[in-house]
Amino acid sequence: MSKELTEAVIELREQDALQITDRLLAAGTDPLTIVAACKEAMEVIGRRFACGEAFIPELIMAGEIMQGITAKVKPHLAAQAPAEMLGTVVLCTVQGDIHDIGKDIVGSMLGIAGFNVIDLGVDAKVATVVEKVREAHPDVVGLSGLLTVAFDAMKATVAAIDAAGLHDGLKIMIGGAPVNEDVRAFAGADGWAKDAVGAVDLAKTWVGGA
Amino acid sequence: MFTDDWNDLSSEQRLAARLDAWQNAPIEFVSPDVRQAYVDRVQLWRDAIALRKPARVPITPWLGLFPLRYSGFTGHDAYYDYDKLGQAWDKFHADFRPDGLAMTIAMVPGKVFDILDYKLYDWPGHGVTDDASYQYNEREWMRDDEYDLLINDPSNYWQRFYVPRMFGALEPWQTLAPFTDLCEAPFTAPFFVPFALPPVKQMLQKMMDAGDAAMEWLQAFMAIDGKQMATLGIPQMAGSSTKAPYDILGDTMRGTRGLMLDKFRRPEKVKAAMERLVPLAIDWALRSADATRNPVVFIPIHKGADGFMSDEDYRTLYWPTFKAVLVGLIEQGLVPMVFAEGAYNERLEVIADPEIPAGRMIWMFDDTDMARAKRIVGARQAIGGNVPGSLLTMGAPARVDAYVKDLLATTATDGGFFLGTGIVLDEADPACFKAFCDAGRTYGAQI
Repeated sequence: MSKELTEAVIELREQDALQITDRLLAAGTDPLTIVAACKEAMEVIGRRFACGEAFIPELIMAGEIMQGITAKVKPHLAAQAPAEMLGTVVLCTVQGDIHDIGKDIVGSMLGIAGFNVIDLGVDAKVATVVEKVREAHPDVVGLSGLLTVAFDAMKATVAAIDAAGLHDGLKIMIGGAPVNEDVRAFAGADGWAKDAVGAVDLAKTWVGGA
Repeated sequence: MFTDDWNDLSSEQRLAARLDAWQNAPIEFVSPDVRQAYVDRVQLWRDAIALRKPARVPITPWLGLFPLRYSGFTGHDAYYDYDKLGQAWDKFHADFRPDGLAMTIAMVPGKVFDILDYKLYDWPGHGVTDDASYQYNEREWMRDDEYDLLINDPSNYWQRFYVPRMFGALEPWQTLAPFTDLCEAPFTAPFFVPFALPPVKQMLQKMMDAGDAAMEWLQAFMAIDGKQMATLGIPQMAGSSTKAPYDILGDTMRGTRGLMLDKFRRPEKVKAAMERLVPLAIDWALRSADATRNPVVFIPIHKGADGFMSDEDYRTLYWPTFKAVLVGLIEQGLVPMVFAEGAYNERLEVIADPEIPAGRMIWMFDDTDMARAKRIVGARQAIGGNVPGSLLTMGAPARVDAYVKDLLATTATDGGFFLGTGIVLDEADPACFKAFCDAGRTYGAQI
């Protein structure tokens, strides 16, 4: 039945996916099997997104279904050991910019891929990011922005992480509609991604999980 | 209207009448030379729209806060201090002389927002820093169970549900009855009863105060634009604006995420709501265009870009109602100037729709392959845009020059092209922006 669940998620049949989850849990299925079935589905959707067969609505709908399934599965997972994480990502939309859609999709996809995501929200002050990096020792920092004012804020954030001596062993990626190689070089980031799948691939490469 | 026999005119005749009115606007120019410069600039627009070769490619960048920053001012200055806004406009336009004015209407009045307790956006001093531009608060301002209310009576939905959420000061409007109650004597007094309530009275006072502040803004805006037109001969970029029905829902009602989920959960409601919004979107532009006597309708589009939906969804969900808006505007002799933000590579075949009359609108692009856009869309309509904000912010003048030269060689040699930016510019390196304008003037005259 877990194969059925994978198919329902891939086909974005929300009600079916939730009902199958209920049935699996009622039948005493290992919750980690359910999580694995969902992860497999999300990987298929991610691949479809990467090759232009699925789009942002499909990613968001799949994330929504995943959230519904997670809410059902979570109480059954409590007694189990936490799954091993690929790494930790501190994520935010930079200071001066309050656009959150792209950042949220990246966060959701990173979480599904197995990263521990610390989301600092939008308009994240430079000092807030630095403080969180100092405290959480993430593997990756992801800075998002949609406006041209974000370029300066990205640069300032990277510079502050550098100045605090926290960049060693840490990779910083940037993303958002106007971001390209010029912006990456300007901001002094280690990499940039055009979309959420690209961001996940980049983060995986950096932590050796690709 | 423009002529006594307006209703009998064809859409081509209406277009000609509107363009003539724009080109011969009753402006008191400071000299005959400036009048000629204005007439010549509008002629560049007319030729490019009609897919003819203009004397020079019109230079029409989208401008946000860049003129303010260039002049040493902030976003807060733009939205609160009309003297500084005027100074910035004077300096910017005198120095760069584009072929359309910066969009003064985008310099929104902070005082009006303050009075109304506007919640849809943050602006300098209210959620974002003084040097930032206003930004939208992404939220589901329309709930997912409210489609039928919207579809049954959009005005009632706007007034009694959407607007009271949009403005804190207008929350009491929820207690008012719909104006459609007013049709017979016995229904009249009950309709007016809520107007006796103190919160409603306070609301009406705030609306009047907002009206005063909005009038102050309008007068400042008209004086600022009027000065640029009269002294430099630069026409306004557009006289009205509207939106695609899908974007009306997705941008500020259901939100990006809400509408994307609705596509799966309640697709028929989404379609019905968009169809209901078509005449509203046409009327919105038409009323402004008739008042400003400028036929160009600015239409920024967002949620149909590449990646935001499948080709199938674009063809069946986004395009039909947007096309209905475009056709409706063109029928009235207006010139839709669409700014397709993001990438539009996957949409070019669809938007080159043969049912939209050729030479009647402008497609401005952002991150789109301009050679393909020229081949596919440029065969039917004027195109433009594309110069990246990152290049103008972080490039070098020589790179900008080379980019514009190449862009014009690819797209402008047979006319029908507007040199513009792929982004509404809040920031740019002045040297790069100068290179953009200079390259437009040099290579744009050699086509």
